[in-house]
Amino acid sequence: MTLALYVPVASPVHRLPAGVKLLCLAALAVLLFARPTPAVAGAALVGTLVVGLGAARLPVAVLARQAWALRWFLLVLFVVHALTADVVSGAHTVLRLLTLVLAAAVVTATTRVSEMVRVVELLGAPLRLVGGRPERVGLLFAMALRFVPVLIERADRIRAAQAARGGAPRGLRALRTTVAPLLVQLLQMAHDVSEALDARGADDVPVRRPGGA
Amino acid sequence: MKTRDLAYIALFAAVIAVLGTIPAIPVGPVPITAQTLGVMLAGAVLGARRGFLAVLLFLVLVAVGLPLLSGGRGGLAPFVGTSAGYLYSWPVAAFVIGWLTERSWDRYNVLRGTLVNVVGGIVVIYAVGVPVLKAVAGLTWGQALTGGALPFIPGDLFKAFAAAAIADVVRRSYPVIERPRRTATTR
Repeated sequence: MTLALYVPVASPVHRLPAGVKLLCLAALAVLLFARPTPAVAGAALVGTLVVGLGAARLPVAVLARQAWALRWFLLVLFVVHALTADVVSGAHTVLRLLTLVLAAAVVTATTRVSEMVRVVELLGAPLRLVGGRPERVGLLFAMALRFVPVLIERADRIRAAQAARGGAPRGLRALRTTVAPLLVQLLQMAHDVSEALDARGADDVPVRRPGGA
Repeated sequence: MKTRDLAYIALFAAVIAVLGTIPAIPVGPVPITAQTLGVMLAGAVLGARRGFLAVLLFLVLVAVGLPLLSGGRGGLAPFVGTSAGYLYSWPVAAFVIGWLTERSWDRYNVLRGTLVNVVGGIVVIYAVGVPVLKAVAGLTWGQALTGGALPFIPGDLFKAFAAAAIADVVRRSYPVIERPRRTATTR
């Protein structure tokens, strides 16, 4: 099992800068809604498949999984449109939605998480003008991902402790006896982590370069 | 913003991610998930600013390609699909809940908290989610409401109550929100 949805392939699409791919995706979304004709949506779907399966050489399963997840919804959508409007509008709406979702999946599958993070930092750069620190995005990412397994482990520990005392309370009472204390423990842990980070200099304001903002 | 605030923000992003591992109930275009409980908790426990940032951080983690949405969804696809509007509304919902919670902090109880969570977690989320669903799927208002709002109301009411009950205990044992001061606050 892989955590990220990135699919490593040596292809020109993978090598494109993440920003370019994101702009293409945005442009496609604008086009699909600004020129709402079945021909445009159909051409966009073919284009997306050519880029995703042809140029980027993604496994068919990567895109098929996205389409499969939408299957019932697309079917219902088509039927609703066919009954209330006509079959062409149903096919068009389904086509447009499928195209957008697949194009987004192509961008995600061909772009490393680290490159996306760089785009996020770039987008956050203007925050510097109002005293923000976009470089701390990396720290936030690291903490959030590290907290996920800690959280699961703490929840298991509380469950085990309650089982040892004759079974965990169920239903509404569990909110007060299990979930709330767990959250308090986690907040205390987050506080401890932040003190440990500060002790190691995480709160230091970086020296500003001359000429900087 | 102190390192402690960053740790709280990261923690609630993780809470929302873990709530995504609870199986979702598929009821049409938008699944019922436990993750909106996390969104409500972020606002009710952390307050407006940190709650907003925690949910935003979670969405950024999803957008950069981590499968953290319920059912292992992730990447950019959910942000252009039928549930896109609901996702965009989440940070706003956490902010509104946080703002209202801060203002009722001295008199907070489960009932008041539930009302706050209903306003932020139901009214705000539907107000953004339903129109986007209508546009993306080309539905009528009636169809969008039937598919994108009605099935969620019972679950969302329960989540609003649950988040308030949890936040009430946390408030008494480990308050994170500070009482809004009369003068300008600097942290």
